[in-house]
Amino acid sequence: MTTVETYPTLAEAARAMGQGAAFLGGGTVVMREVNAGTAPGRIVRTTDPSLREIRASGDGVTLGAGVTMAQVLASREADFLHPVARQVGGPQVRNMGTVGGNLFAPHPYGDFAVALLALGARVVMAGGGSPRPLEDLLRDRGRAPGLVAAVEVPRPRDARAFGFLKVSRVKPKGVSIMSIAALLPREGGTIRGARIAWGAMGPGPMRGSGAERALEGQRLDAAVIARAAAQAAEGLDPPTDAIASAWYRREVAGVHLKRLLEGML
Amino acid sequence: MPLKPVTLRLNGTERAAFAEDGQNLLDFLRRGLGDLSPKYGCGQGTCGACTVTVDGQTQLSCLMLAETAQGRDVRTAAGLGQGAALDPLQEAFMEHFAAQCGYCTPGMLVSARALLDRNPRPSREEVVEAISGNLCRCTGYEPIIAAILAVAEGRIRA
Ligand SMILES: Cc1cc2nc3c(=O)[nH]c(=O)nc-3n(C[C@H](O)[C@H](O)[C@H](O)COP(=O)(O)OP(=O)(O)OC[C@H]3O[C@@H](n4cnc5c(N)ncnc54)[C@H](O)[C@@H]3O)c2cc1C
Repeated sequence: MTTVETYPTLAEAARAMGQGAAFLGGGTVVMREVNAGTAPGRIVRTTDPSLREIRASGDGVTLGAGVTMAQVLASREADFLHPVARQVGGPQVRNMGTVGGNLFAPHPYGDFAVALLALGARVVMAGGGSPRPLEDLLRDRGRAPGLVAAVEVPRPRDARAFGFLKVSRVKPKGVSIMSIAALLPREGGTIRGARIAWGAMGPGPMRGSGAERALEGQRLDAAVIARAAAQAAEGLDPPTDAIASAWYRREVAGVHLKRLLEGML
Repeated sequence: MPLKPVTLRLNGTERAAFAEDGQNLLDFLRRGLGDLSPKYGCGQGTCGACTVTVDGQTQLSCLMLAETAQGRDVRTAAGLGQGAALDPLQEAFMEHFAAQCGYCTPGMLVSARALLDRNPRPSREEVVEAISGNLCRCTGYEPIIAAILAVAEGRIRA
């Protein structure tokens, strides 16, 4: 049996968590478990309005964990994330699914988190403290790392510095065979601080060190793209599921990375 | 099992019933309020047969906790027509044979109505996008797309 507890603030919800409790965001993942009777006994939620805020901040945007994909799409401050939010599920899912939930959504989900990982986003946890890199949170996400209050997302220097590609069989709303996000800041044409993130290519969103190494310190051209593509799947251990086999994912990763990078020339 | 009173506007009328803990909005609408127009398809958000609008936005009622609809404006396919007067979309669905088994139809209609309310002259791509969260296993979608475009282009009168 499931009991639902509602708290007026995120801090109170965070204190109420603990063994046998699941936090409810937009519910598009958790409610499936509730319907199937496999959810934990306690569902904890909050009506805290701060969770739904989008704020422009210095060099980027801060998205409350309860901000939906539809809210991202309606926000001018978050315009650089529109091509990503548009790729998450169908219209109903975008009206419900949140930024916070996407960070914890199981394989093959988490397309938005993939983009945030490439962008070097930082996570503000409930209860404060200094924001932590999303990468750390994703590494701990199996171990109940606590509740997320907001995500700080740095704006890419220019439109060409950031690219996102979701590969799926069914269009426009199929789930990912894989998703790829690339951040390629350039100084005088030289790439400094390349970040490539992959979705559906491991247990959760992952950095791709092979491609990053091939790109770092280089000028983006056909030869460099070919080298990055050749090392695309290095260090990644993609799963086999109903959508694609591990072999297939590894085999086509370079093809899709090449297509994404060619669009960023 | 603890019960929670839930009051909402359903198709313009204030309605109230008790929701069970963990009950989804779809089940609440069907068993609690007797609106059988939203359908149970998958219980996982994949099929869209349970689509309703909440405060004007399409939602999957099977993935929404009933108690979170407290005080909100919920619309279902049952609210589209006024007595014998059908919504133009319903007329168009009949004229274009956009329903075969009919199970997806209420969800399709709600998604299509939400689209036209926001964007009365959508392109074909926008129509496809708007119904991309609703599965139909009979029609191959073309008659549904044609029906929605017919209303958008004013070829079906109210
Ligand atoms: C039909 C369908 C299609 C989908 N397609 C896609 C897709 O294309 N791409 C994609 O990425 N996803 C997809 N999803 C998955 C999901 O809808 C999204 O990942 C969404 O962003 C999840 O957010 P939510 O708020 O609904 O999560 P919830 O179900 O509320 O939560 C998911 C998990 O995150 C945890 N959580 C939520 N908020 C917080 C927080 N603030 N702090 C800590 N933990 C939190 C929950 O406890 C739970 O473990 C799809 C889902 C469905 C049903």
